[in-house]
Amino acid sequence: MSGQIEAVHRYGLAVLSHLLLIAAWHFFVVFGHVPAFVMPSPYATVHALLVPNYRWLDNIAVTGTEIFGGYVAAVVVGVGLALLFSWFRRFEMVAMPLLVSLNMIPKVALGPLIIVWFSYGIGPNVLIAFAICFFPIVLTTARGLREVEPDLLDLVRSLKGSRWQIFIKIQLPGALPYIFSGMKVAAILAVAGAVVGEFLGSDRGLGYLMLQVQVTLDTAAMFMAVILITGIGMVMYGLVLGLERLLVVRDARIQ
Amino acid sequence: MPQPAPHEPFIRLTGVRKVYRTRGPEFLAVSEVTFDVEAGELVALVGPSGCGKTTLLKILAGLHTHEAGDVRIGSAGTPFNPSRDIGMVFQQPLLLKWRRVIDNVLLPAEILGLPAAASRERARDLLALVGLRGSEDKYPYELSGGMQQRASIARALIHDPKLILMDEPFGALDALTREKMNLELLRIWRESRKTIVFVTHGITEAVFLGTRVVVLTAGPARMADNFAIDLPHPRTLDMKTHARFGEYTRRVYRLLGME
Repeated sequence: MSGQIEAVHRYGLAVLSHLLLIAAWHFFVVFGHVPAFVMPSPYATVHALLVPNYRWLDNIAVTGTEIFGGYVAAVVVGVGLALLFSWFRRFEMVAMPLLVSLNMIPKVALGPLIIVWFSYGIGPNVLIAFAICFFPIVLTTARGLREVEPDLLDLVRSLKGSRWQIFIKIQLPGALPYIFSGMKVAAILAVAGAVVGEFLGSDRGLGYLMLQVQVTLDTAAMFMAVILITGIGMVMYGLVLGLERLLVVRDARIQ
Repeated sequence: MPQPAPHEPFIRLTGVRKVYRTRGPEFLAVSEVTFDVEAGELVALVGPSGCGKTTLLKILAGLHTHEAGDVRIGSAGTPFNPSRDIGMVFQQPLLLKWRRVIDNVLLPAEILGLPAAASRERARDLLALVGLRGSEDKYPYELSGGMQQRASIARALIHDPKLILMDEPFGALDALTREKMNLELLRIWRESRKTIVFVTHGITEAVFLGTRVVVLTAGPARMADNFAIDLPHPRTLDMKTHARFGEYTRRVYRLLGME
């Protein structure tokens, strides 16, 4: 019971700090006589949603698709590759150093190349989002699959347990917290990847919209676009967090 | 008149020797190990770090090979199935964080493919035996270190193995919990009638628990002594003050060059 009260208290304070920021923003703009093209008020920012030309819903759908598509592909391919690493040690010894080197490439710098290769649109932006969030997932998953207590392996081996049993009963569930820790990092990166893709070359999406309204100095719409992009990221992160709570015992979670 | 069959112990180690070959020079892990373990005994292997006691345990578990000597487990009276008759307890409880206590206990049963319902029933009984009644559905993080180690002992017993191998199971516990767990282990041993090989670097612990103490020394790693502990069962803490208890511990100290 007291735990519930404490939780309500904590959430209350969190909501309060957000409201305080918005209030500070409002008063800063109103009393500071800040021109609207430098910083719009919170009201003006919300008001930008009413401009039908900006096709907010379409743009949210496009950017959301890019983020989600790149992210899901990265999780599937990243976890899959890490599994192959743990099954075929030789393959890991060949591919892992290469991956570590490739990880050093600022993925954003690949954007112009991807556009040269695949033209612009949703597909290439999915690819950029994928490229940017693939590495943390494959690296953390591979690490998680490697982190098995040697004594635990001895225990299973003393019972003549199979490799499959070790994998399914110990290795994979043990790696799950690592997979989620990689997925959490990747969720944030995927958003950045998709938006950068839209900046570089696109004809739709919230990033594209930002470039359009930049020309007309509609700063309120730019603010709104940033807020919506952030919102998409928060929804993604929240989904991953919820899934983690469902699947990983509290004590095993990696913060 | 037929000749009585020569006595056959449950475990017989004769001149066991193991050398590790990593890069560089060979490393003698264990040598000159010769001792018997009767069914139902609790044998304590005692010695300093690097004396090969863990290596010996792994040889018994069939996890390590040995270069020379002979290891035989099982007798006509007590047949031994190497994949079914070994239970292991380590210094760390090594419970799976994502499994409830009872499901942790069931792990060996799952690996061996034992009938699920009967095993679950047995797991409940074993958790009661080790003093964890009521904790079946808790997660490991909700248990203290001593309670986790109790759960890992129950796990070692779930498939009803004939031989329990324990590698410093109470080494990570505080001194008081350790004393308590010693008494608990003796009770569990009496009630379950298992053969236990118990590795420790605690000399009083070895003498207090063992029906027999095997002393291993390091540098070179070899067996130095093997003697029966003639103290009555059930053992009680005040036996530690007996003169004979002191003689046994002094004997071990002397062998380990500490006197």
